[in-house]
Parts: sequence; structure tokens; C-alpha cells
Amino acid sequence: MRIISQIGDWFDQRLQLAAPIREVAEHPVPRNTASWFYVFGSAALTVFLLQLVTGILLALIYVPSASEAWSSLQVLNHEVTLGWFIRALHGWGSNFMVAIVLIHMVQVFLFGAYKFPRELTWIVGVFLLLMTLGMAFSGQVLRFDQDAYWGLGIGASIASRVPIAGPVIVKLMLGGPIIAGATLSRFFALHVFVIPGMLIGFVCLHVLMVLKLGINEWPMPGRLVKRATYASEYHELTKKAGAPFVPYAIWKDLFFAAFILLAVAACALYFGPFGPTGRPDPTIIQTVPKPDYFFLWLYALLSLLPPSMETPALLIGPVLVIVGLLLLPFLSGEGEKSWRRRPIAVLTVLLIAITLGTFTHLAGFTPWSPHMSA
Amino acid sequence: MLNENKISRRGLFMKLGIFFNGLVATALAVPVVRFLMSSITRGRAGAYLSWVPLGRVGEFPEGETRLATFRNPYVMPTDGKTVDTACWVRRVEGDQFQIFAVNCAHLGCPVRWFPQSGLFMCPCHGGAYYRDGSRASGPPERGLFEYPHKIENGLVTIQAGELFTPGPSAALTGKNPPCA
Repeated sequence: MRIISQIGDWFDQRLQLAAPIREVAEHPVPRNTASWFYVFGSAALTVFLLQLVTGILLALIYVPSASEAWSSLQVLNHEVTLGWFIRALHGWGSNFMVAIVLIHMVQVFLFGAYKFPRELTWIVGVFLLLMTLGMAFSGQVLRFDQDAYWGLGIGASIASRVPIAGPVIVKLMLGGPIIAGATLSRFFALHVFVIPGMLIGFVCLHVLMVLKLGINEWPMPGRLVKRATYASEYHELTKKAGAPFVPYAIWKDLFFAAFILLAVAACALYFGPFGPTGRPDPTIIQTVPKPDYFFLWLYALLSLLPPSMETPALLIGPVLVIVGLLLLPFLSGEGEKSWRRRPIAVLTVLLIAITLGTFTHLAGFTPWSPHMSA
Repeated sequence: MLNENKISRRGLFMKLGIFFNGLVATALAVPVVRFLMSSITRGRAGAYLSWVPLGRVGEFPEGETRLATFRNPYVMPTDGKTVDTACWVRRVEGDQFQIFAVNCAHLGCPVRWFPQSGLFMCPCHGGAYYRDGSRASGPPERGLFEYPHKIENGLVTIQAGELFTPGPSAALTGKNPPCA
């Protein structure tokens, strides 16, 4: 034992990390934040780490070339030992990631955690959500099959509707005049280098701010956030009546992280990997392209919008949603945090959830198209 | 005591250093941006487009609509099957043809021809078109995209090379933009 502590001391003399790590681990948190409602952020981080590891493993075999990507996925599925399982973990991990990030966001919204002084944490979180969706779409492209091919066509068709710049954006997105080798290569670069790099940076920033500003206290109806007094009230909750994060609160995060990993693994084991569907051969038109489940609501929406509303909805809608999310902490940065006294907030969440759920449900049986065999 | 209005020797060097880096960064940005934009600049003035033969006129029976395939004229070694493209060839009569892109004018999914109902239908969002390519129903704002074509030495030839997308002109005016 003495030799271990000596080695530890040797490293710490040089790294000087033990003290700051201990400080982070033992920083006091409000007692009632040690709750099962507060585990989704760490769960998202856990799944993100799973995606990093399984993504690197897949990159050992996957070939980002339009002529070979599909075959390399077949090799992963059928020839490499447990290649199918790593693919399934990565695919199910992405589904879980999107779901957990959305749940985390709803929880943060309903608990008023985006209010003063955590506005920037929320804004960074909005960008993390956008990057997560970017990872989901680009990952679907890397599974270079028929769905990926025609999904890119849908992406290009949406991009082409941008006034004036449309055709230029399409060529930039496709890397050429058509969906081909250059398209897959640039989505590979986005999925493997650009977006993960930004994600890692933004996740660090996000977590750093959670540590610096402290976890959001459990919202009590009637306890209003005021810029002038919040810091001292929060200080009261943590320094006087708080408990150290480790081990008081972290055990729930640990249990939930393990549970989520187990759930991803169980889905991967039971349902297996996603596709690939048919070869990305544009001459095979007997196909019924569909996006992955997190974009199904959009698929249904695009079928049901009146034609004249579609371009404005596609181009202006996302901008409004993103601007709305970014402005939220500035529009209601103070006041009531508890969802019990914020009926509009609760109704907004319910309305969005029901709308997305209904559209996703409709996309399951596409009543607007005759049934075509794939 | 250092006078605040005076620039120190080291301060000046630091500013010069920043300026020098800015200069080099700007110079380096030029090739980087040109590289990134190459997929746009390379295709200026229709450089991606070429005339491609689809087959002999006799291969397409009069009054019928058949699927034909061709290889996209602009090919890179790693493109694989993605450069093989399909299109719908409708021979109205004699040398009168209509050649449609398979891509739905809504969001690009591959439309299928149903001779029994005389309609092109899209499997994605429910777009439908009549046999002459005009819009029948569903979300598309216009008819099917048509390739410019000509009959040369008994060969049906189309001008192809770029993915058809609805584009802003189609969305804003509802009219068919010139094929490109």
C-alpha cells in the first residue's frame, strides 16, 4: 500500500490535480438535488462516452468510400467477431442519446434551471442539442445504404430551397454535382472529426459551468429568482445546508448511468444493428426511404404541410425554434422556477410532445402514400 | 514608471507579431477557402453537364414509359454505384420524347411509374404526377424535372450531370425553372 501512495504522491507533485479533483468531488450541493430527476445530464455524458468508444471501434473496420462503405458494414455485421454488436451499440446509443438529451432539456426547462445565473449553460446546451442532431443525421449518412442515399437527396432538396444561395449550398453539401463519393467523405469528416471535436469542447464548457455555478436547486413554488439575491440564497442552500456531491448525490447518477448502458446493451443484443438496407445504387428505385426514428416526425410533417407553406416552414421554422430556445433565458431569466406555477411552460412541453408523438405515429403507416414494396 | 501613452518596445513587438500572424493567416485562408469551394467553382457555367446516350429510339416503345439508366458524366474513382443514375423515358410518338428525373420534385425521393393508373407516385410524402410529368397531387409544387434531350443518329441523348433539386425558383414562382 505504501508504494502505491508513494507513486500517487510522485504523480501529484507533478500534475497537482488531486486537490482540484477533490474540491470538485466534494463541492456542496443543495440536499434535495440528490434526486432521480437530476440524473439525465450525466446519463447523456455517459452515452456520449459510449458513442466515442464504439465509434472508434467501428472506424477500425469501416471504409468511408462510396464504393466500399456498404460492403464494410456487411463485413462488420457478418464477418468480424461481434462487429454486429458494436454496430448495434453505436446505433442504439445514438437513439438513446437523442432521447436522453431531449429528456434532460425538458427537465431543465420545467425546473427553471435555465434562469439566472445559468443562461449561458442553457445556450451551450442548445448548441449541444443541435450537434447531437447533427451527429444523428450524419451517422445515418455513414450507414451508406438506400435510406442514407435518398435521405441525402431530401437534405439537398431542403437546402436547395434557400433563396439565392440554394444551389451553391447543395453543391457544398454534396461535394459535387450529385450524391457520390465526395458526399460520403465529407459527412465522414463531419461525423468523425468536426462535430465530435466541437461536442467535446462544448460538453467541457457545459460541465464546467455546472460546477462553477452549482447545480440548480430544487424549485420550490413561490421561491422566486432575483438577480440581486440569488447568489446569497444559493450560498445558503449549499454552504450551510448542503451536502457533498460525492457521495451524497453521485450514487444516483452512477446507478442511472449503469442502467442506461445496460438498456443500450440490451436493445443492441435483442434488436441488433440498424441495417444497412439495400445497396446505395440509385438505379434501384424500388425503395421506400425512411429516416431514423428521431426524424420521423419531420418526415410526416413534410407530407402533411400544404405545398405553399412548405418552403417557409422548412427555412423559417428551424430558425424561429433555435432563436426562441436561445432567447428563452433572456425572456424569463428571473421569477418562478417551479413547474407547478408555470402552466404555460407545462402546456408548451405537452403540446410539443403530443405534436411530435402524433407525427411520429403517422410516419409509421404513411396514410398519404399507397403501399409500395421496397 | 511606464508612461501609459507610450508603447513599450516589447508591446510594439507583440503587436507586430499579432499583425504578422494575421497576415500569414489571411494568406493561408485563400487556398483553404478555394479548396472548400472547389465543388462549386468546378461546376461553374455548366461544367458538370454533358450529353449522355440512353439507348436507341427503337428500345422505347411508343406510348410507353420505361426506366432507363446512365452513368453520370462526372465520375470520381471512389464513387462506386452512386454515379449510376435512373430516369423515366416516355416516348409519346415517333421522335417525341419526355425524359424525367426519377427524383420527386418535392424532396428528391425516387418516383415510380404505375402504368395501370397512369401516374408517377412517390413513396415518401405522397407526391403524384400525370403521365406527362405534370403535378397531379401531394406536396410537390411543380411537375417532374425533365432532362433536355435530343435524338442523334437514332440515339436518345440527354443532358445530365447534376442532381435535380426543387430550388428556390420552383418554390417561389411555382413554375418550372429551366433545366440545368
